Amino acid sequence: MKPTRGHRLRLEQPGRERKMLSESSSFLKGVMLGSIFCALFTMLGHIRIGHGNRADHHEHHHLQAPNKEDISKISEAERMELSKSFRVYCIVLVKPKDVSLWAAVKETWTKHCDKAEFFSSENVKVFESINVDTNDMWLMMRKAYKYAFDKYRDQYNWFFLARPTTFAVIENLKYFLLKKDPSQPFYLGHTVKSGDLEYVSVDGGIVLSIESMKRLNSLLNVPEKCPEQGGMIWKISEDKQLAVCLKYAGIFAENAEDADGKDVFNTKSVGLFIKEAMTNHPNQVVEGCCSDMAVTFNGLTPNQMHVMMYGVYRLRAFGHIFNDALVFLPPNGSEND
Amino acid sequence: MASKSWVNFLAFFCGSAIGFFLCSQLFSNLLGERGDTQPNMLHNDPHARHSDDNGYSHLKGQVNFNADASQHKDENTDIAENLYQKVKILCWVMTSPQNLEKKAKHVKATWAQRCNKVLFMSSEENQDFPAVGLKTKEGREQLYWKTIKAFQYVHDHYLEDADWFMKADDDTYVILDNLRWLLSKYNPEQPIYFGRRFKPYVKQGYMSGGAGYVLSKEALRRFVNAFKTEKCTHSSSIEDLALGRCMEIINVEAGDSRDTTGKETFHPFVPEHHLIKGYLPKTFWYWNYNYYPPV
Repeated sequence: MKPTRGHRLRLEQPGRERKMLSESSSFLKGVMLGSIFCALFTMLGHIRIGHGNRADHHEHHHLQAPNKEDISKISEAERMELSKSFRVYCIVLVKPKDVSLWAAVKETWTKHCDKAEFFSSENVKVFESINVDTNDMWLMMRKAYKYAFDKYRDQYNWFFLARPTTFAVIENLKYFLLKKDPSQPFYLGHTVKSGDLEYVSVDGGIVLSIESMKRLNSLLNVPEKCPEQGGMIWKISEDKQLAVCLKYAGIFAENAEDADGKDVFNTKSVGLFIKEAMTNHPNQVVEGCCSDMAVTFNGLTPNQMHVMMYGVYRLRAFGHIFNDALVFLPPNGSEND
Repeated sequence: MASKSWVNFLAFFCGSAIGFFLCSQLFSNLLGERGDTQPNMLHNDPHARHSDDNGYSHLKGQVNFNADASQHKDENTDIAENLYQKVKILCWVMTSPQNLEKKAKHVKATWAQRCNKVLFMSSEENQDFPAVGLKTKEGREQLYWKTIKAFQYVHDHYLEDADWFMKADDDTYVILDNLRWLLSKYNPEQPIYFGRRFKPYVKQGYMSGGAGYVLSKEALRRFVNAFKTEKCTHSSSIEDLALGRCMEIINVEAGDSRDTTGKETFHPFVPEHHLIKGYLPKTFWYWNYNYYPPV
């Protein structure tokens, strides 16, 4: 009895070890197989996206602001006409958690859009918004663009989309767009390259001409080109998805710059730029920092939005006169001016 | 046996799930998918008496903000230049040895360049910066001493070099062009001084220290002489209040620095505090101190 038990025990031990060995090897084999599948899916997913490479080439990646001299050559009457012909519709995508930024944005720069509407993931009692009934940023963006196009295609020729952390100077946007024909497919802002894809970062604000809106909207119903869920396994950011979709329509991202080559749409705040400038080029802090005709800055707190509004539109140094070739007046009722 | 292969299968399955998950995390990190991250925001709490903790304001080497270089090529500065010649302002900045690199340096690189003359006043001399040594100690209780000595220094060395004499802290920003606009309507031989006027304690009011204040040439003369003749003494360490009391004694008028719409032009706090409704609580002392009603 004892010896047999002991004998059995001895027999069991190597058996158990063998069992554990085979279990761990199964486990390891499982891990390897899992990783291989995962890698396969990722690569397939990427190939699928990169597939949108059209043969059409576009000349400009960098768009420049108009030249002062060119503007002064235009007659006074034509300039008046020009300044009135720009109608910018602003889309701000918000979520309930953004409520304090939403309030600041609503009170400040969006008043200078010809029309501004807030698209929210769900209804928020405090503010009016268009409820898109989804939490997914790409779906929000799609619905907002579709709504804006369906309703306002005849009334606005430029569409500007921003996050509530962004501050925008719409007059500088209009100046930048001055000599650009909205019946051409423009898609501009602060561009970023990710592999083969060049896209406009949503943080800096996205500008679409009416032609781009038209083409985009016709593709929104084509799931092979403009899927609602672009990435196969994990989410791809909404600004990248937009770029992919627009590529199918032959529209390519262009980086907006001023005459000195400085970015006009910024994904960082002024404070951050200054901090970096003090480290990187302490002799040229202001000159190296930012464009004088910047359109956007991102990463602002609600308080900073109010300070920007004051600094951009109200505070003036007496005795300095700026002879702006054009004046864009904000719509009536935007008391901040 | 059956149970053995079942356990094996389970192990395999768990392994593949874990492998897949780890791999996906790795890839999503590599691809840098942006989640719902709040962008990096600067949190500046101006109430904290300016203790810059991140050390970013420590600069090595010269900082040039190109304050004079005209960024805007279509800018006409004739009026501003004209006023620069007509209304000469000497600025002196209240600072300390430990703040020279941290704060005074930035004042020097920015708005101070627009003064006709600028001096940095510290307890100790610093030839490199350069800063004037007032031969006092440092600290809040020394503020009035430093102020008296600073004005004496300015009077003794630079009285004829300017018409107006502005005192500012090293955490104050002054828009000189607008200051000249205000002062251009007054005669520097008038005994008058301007700042953010507060009403308590002094009949004609006194000027907030934090918002900065500016004395006319005559006011400066009278202030310095008052200490020689002991009309005024170092009566307290509360700089702005004590100075305000002295001004009243020597008949220097507390001027009205508001703009043509009645809005204040000197501000004791950062812009956020003044721009945002409700930022300063209704019970805050400030609301009872202002000499003029808010507009």
